Amino acid sequence: MRRHVPLALCFIAGVFMAIQYFIPHPSVQAWYERLLAWLQTLLAFAFLIGTVSLVRLHAHKIGHKVAGRGYSWVLFVGLGLMVGFGFKGRAPGSPFDFMFQNVQVPIEGTMFSLLAFYIASAAFRAFRARTLEATLLLLAATIVMLGRVPVGDLLHRSIPAATDWILNVPNMASKRGIMIGVGLGMMATALKIMLGIERAWMGGTD
Amino acid sequence: MNRLGKFLQIDRRWIFLAILIAVLAPFIWPMGLPIVITKPVQDLYNAVDAIPPNGEPLFISIDYSPSTVPELDPMALAILRHAFSKDIRVAVLTLDPAGYGLAERALEAVAAEFGKERHKDYVFLGFQPGISAVVLGMGINIRNVFPEDAYGTPLSEIPMMEGIRNYDQIPLLITLSGTAVVEAWVIYAHQPYDAQIGAGVTAVMATDYYPFLDTGQLVGMLGGMRGAAEYETLIDRHDAGVRGMDSQSVIHILIIVLIVVGNIAYFGSRKRAPETAGGDAAA
Amino acid sequence: MNMTLIGTTLAALLTIAVYSFLYKDNPFYKFAEHLVVGVSAGYYLVIYYYNFIDPTVVSPVFRLRIGGDAILLGGVDWWMALIPGLLGLILYARFFPKIGWVSRWALGIYVGGYSGLGIAPVMQARVLDQIRGGALPVHALHTGQGWTNLLLVVGLLGTLTYFFFSLKHKGVLGGLARIGIVFIMVGFGASFGYTVMSRVSLLIGRMNFLLHDWLRIV
Repeated sequence: MRRHVPLALCFIAGVFMAIQYFIPHPSVQAWYERLLAWLQTLLAFAFLIGTVSLVRLHAHKIGHKVAGRGYSWVLFVGLGLMVGFGFKGRAPGSPFDFMFQNVQVPIEGTMFSLLAFYIASAAFRAFRARTLEATLLLLAATIVMLGRVPVGDLLHRSIPAATDWILNVPNMASKRGIMIGVGLGMMATALKIMLGIERAWMGGTD
Repeated sequence: MNRLGKFLQIDRRWIFLAILIAVLAPFIWPMGLPIVITKPVQDLYNAVDAIPPNGEPLFISIDYSPSTVPELDPMALAILRHAFSKDIRVAVLTLDPAGYGLAERALEAVAAEFGKERHKDYVFLGFQPGISAVVLGMGINIRNVFPEDAYGTPLSEIPMMEGIRNYDQIPLLITLSGTAVVEAWVIYAHQPYDAQIGAGVTAVMATDYYPFLDTGQLVGMLGGMRGAAEYETLIDRHDAGVRGMDSQSVIHILIIVLIVVGNIAYFGSRKRAPETAGGDAAA
Repeated sequence: MNMTLIGTTLAALLTIAVYSFLYKDNPFYKFAEHLVVGVSAGYYLVIYYYNFIDPTVVSPVFRLRIGGDAILLGGVDWWMALIPGLLGLILYARFFPKIGWVSRWALGIYVGGYSGLGIAPVMQARVLDQIRGGALPVHALHTGQGWTNLLLVVGLLGTLTYFFFSLKHKGVLGGLARIGIVFIMVGFGASFGYTVMSRVSLLIGRMNFLLHDWLRIV
């Protein structure tokens, strides 16, 4: 029940979804459409498991008086406000939309923009042309960085031309190779999961 | 530690300050450098331009979240402006829950700019979870995955969606994404259903999709803020994408200088290290 | 009350709170960090519920309605809404140690279904079409395109060889792998250049907001 039933369900669902691609029969396609809808529902519920875990973690912090628990209260206030506003209405201009546009969007955007500063710091401190490979990487990066901004077009017309060549020849060749390799890996992993060889998704020790 | 070694240990907040100045200066003193159009962007522009007015709608899937707004929002706005200026109908959807608010904001703003009417000229289908399940479902019947628009109106009651059943009636679908959702559209829409897919991606992802461009699996692609700037140039606009290119130029040059100076200081400090007593050879 | 002005000012203050981290970690940054986690969790919860769970599960099962149409209690549509809803709820059994193993049933369908779904399309899009795109004529070396094709083919074979670990990289294989690493490094260099562009764009976007939308000085 604990191991064999889930593995059997995984196998049946996986094999069905794989072979339906080759069977245009209406009854098979009808079940395929049904199962697609079920997978959507499962994904929606699975996504919200993260929210439940988040609430449990911060409730534990507050309950056990862990240092910094004041910020957990901030988190719960934000969560509560959004859920409360959301139930009242989600139209543009509503309090729900106001919080999204003026709290979530700017904070998330700003957090990711911090990376620009760190990449500059790393450029100075860590990017070293110690080996041939590293030198090639830095050279290619420099040409592309210059070629993809207007000042590169102004400096010399060969810079954007070199950038285009790098993108369309060596970059394309290597990315194509990686794409093929990853595609084969994806299929192998999918088969391993369906056949029960890969069982990490089950978790647990039983 | 010698002088070059000490230079390498400079407080990184000075570097942060240099970056801040480099990004602010072009806003205050804009340079207005010209932008050259590249083939992937021109191809996508041509594909949108070829859609007949007041006919089958252009589908735009706004699959990004607030973290990538500076790169992808200008693309969304530019493509919407292009479509509405040519009276091309637009259907917008999103596979990212955070994209819901962003898609609604962009669509309503540009529709108001052009005086477009909901359900006649544009429709917002809203969000559906499941990515590959949604993309595959649309290939069977759009109404299977989007029975109503985002505001509860059944698709059967929306005039511009009459006769739009699946990808066969969609001349072009553009996905704007900072994640692997672009691949999902290529793998699950273009491959089985021969859907015409275009993409707007963050610069981080752009180099990975050149193989798709080469094989025609993507009809065209906008890469990062530069891609948005090129598209804005094609539609004769001077918006966030174009405005950002001057700062982009200055910061790129600064970073190249930092790389070069950092390497000179590093190799210089290593060369001198054996000459000084107790010199740090690892610096 | 000018809500646009209030909203823009709030967004600007939160932006500055996050940027204060560049000087050093501080309570303003921590406040913004925790606030966005809570707000975004609440946002996703509401969007998922109202856009999907309510119309697809709650409305058919409890209100006997799908869209504008009524359905029969115990009918096919009702069961087709109830079953995935129950499977979805079963996923939450993982939070109860004694019955946590039940969640594996729903997880098995979910993981197996998505795994099987991708096999044929991924093979087609990522492997076959790319091999077809990489199989180029290399005989016309008197033309520029001929040399380009040769480089593309050699680069592709070199990259694939580099990641082939079943045989030792020596002799011809080692040489091809060495060529592959050259192409890979140039490709990664291009990716790195674009990554810098991407991160910088995010910063430019925020500065544009502060200067153009908030302070209105540009």
